[in-house]
Amino acid sequence: MLKDITLGQYFPGDSAIHRMDPRMKLILTIAYIVGVFMVGNLPGYLLALGFLYLVVRIAGISFRYIAKGVKPLRFIIIFTFVLNLFFVQGETVLFDLGFWALTKEALQNAIYFALRLVFLVMGTSVLTLTTSPVQLTDGLERLMRPLQRFHFPAHELAMMMTIALRFIPTLLEETDKIQKAQMARGADFESGNLIARAKAMIPLLVPLFVSAFRRANDLAMAMEARCYRGGDHRTRLRELKYTKLDAIALAGMAAFIAIIVLEGRLLG
Amino acid sequence: MSIVIEHLNYVYMAGGPYETKALNDINLTISDGEFIGLIGHTGSGKSTLVQHLNGLIMPTSGRVLVDGMDLADKATDRRAVRQRVGLVFQYPENQLFEETVEKDIAFGPKNLGLDENEIARRVKDAMRRVALDYDKLHDRSVFELSGGQMRRVAIAGVLAMEPQVLVLDEPCAGLDPRGREEILGLIKKLHEEAGTTIVMVSHSMDDVASLAERVIVMNHGEVAMDGAPRDVFSCGEELRGMGLDVPQAVQLAGRLRERGFDIPEGIYLIEEIREAILKVAGKEAAHA
Repeated sequence: MLKDITLGQYFPGDSAIHRMDPRMKLILTIAYIVGVFMVGNLPGYLLALGFLYLVVRIAGISFRYIAKGVKPLRFIIIFTFVLNLFFVQGETVLFDLGFWALTKEALQNAIYFALRLVFLVMGTSVLTLTTSPVQLTDGLERLMRPLQRFHFPAHELAMMMTIALRFIPTLLEETDKIQKAQMARGADFESGNLIARAKAMIPLLVPLFVSAFRRANDLAMAMEARCYRGGDHRTRLRELKYTKLDAIALAGMAAFIAIIVLEGRLLG
Repeated sequence: MSIVIEHLNYVYMAGGPYETKALNDINLTISDGEFIGLIGHTGSGKSTLVQHLNGLIMPTSGRVLVDGMDLADKATDRRAVRQRVGLVFQYPENQLFEETVEKDIAFGPKNLGLDENEIARRVKDAMRRVALDYDKLHDRSVFELSGGQMRRVAIAGVLAMEPQVLVLDEPCAGLDPRGREEILGLIKKLHEEAGTTIVMVSHSMDDVASLAERVIVMNHGEVAMDGAPRDVFSCGEELRGMGLDVPQAVQLAGRLRERGFDIPEGIYLIEEIREAILKVAGKEAAHA
């Protein structure tokens, strides 16, 4: 189950999308999501899908892999869909059950909202799949830097994210190992009712917490030993630079947004 | 009770970007009462192989039979298999979780559904086998113990399942010399006194040389060598080619031979090289 989550996983490569500046990728991802939320008709979503498909192909990732990333979120998407069906007020009744009537507007809204969520997940997966966690947090830190003037801890936040991201695979591996070790002692994580299952988690969670705290302690010590003191006046190993690639991508995204807006005006 | 492995293949993350073939057509038979040393450099597939022995990992293709039971078969009782084949992971002290030593060791037997008296007997027995004093330690917290003691508690936790085959993945990793000797000593005793079949994964050629009766060498997911330690360790060149080494006694014998001393081939134990050196020294003395 944990393996299904593509969001937050890096897919190494050397495509044009991979080589883009992480800041630009972050900005453009947000732009894409805003664009998708501006769409209000089906042809618009087809455009959004086409654009995404193009980007995914340039990145050299199989589209099915990206689509698979939506799977873990299917319940949220279905939930939103159903909620919209029931609670959006409309006039054109498609059929009437007496206590509740399905209206055209509600159905439309439900479909659009579900599609927006799907695009949101897929769009952000393109970002995380083509950008290594380190680059991502680097980009975030630079983008948030202007906020430092208002005492916003941009560097600290970015560092915390880097550390958190770096330890996700480690902790997953550790969980897997402890789980296997307890299974070797006859533990059963799969059967029983809810309470039995929750109880079965104790032999997994206690060692996991112990090791997480030990790791945190070791890491803090190692950072201190190398005189880490936070963000002020730190230079970087890799300076971020915008290139021609980023300009092209920006133009591409601008064209996409423009088409979406135009299309919205035309088909209203 | 034997373990038979037939044409075992295992692929990690099949279909994904990081697909790797971890095991390639492994065929092995582990018979009752053997003491096997499993060696190979990091990433050679030892740990993956070992986890197939009690069904923690299912083969991508091929079969693993424990006592005739096919582990991939859904009808096979996994718990029964895991009771028979005990697996001690690397750094097993990381799996300890209970409030007291006694409770932690009792975790395995409890999962087997045994009654109180039997569990208590097994806990005491397992602690005796790993040389931990029951009266002194049973109600201590596992997190108060020393590293070596924690490891012995963890091993006792597996022994309390009373397995017929005990698989240990680098049981001595990260221990000081005394801790190593204690662990190796108790493994040896377990093999000799209780007749438990042992499969020991190790990076130390000397540990393997001094204990194992059969050595299996893994390389790139395949069984590269399988035989008596004397035969395996006489292939120094091949072992070094696989990123491994030979026991110190073999190294010493080789160097002495290079200098023209008459040391017989096939020596791999410290005692043997000692004998051989004394013999040569005796001859030299007689000549002088």
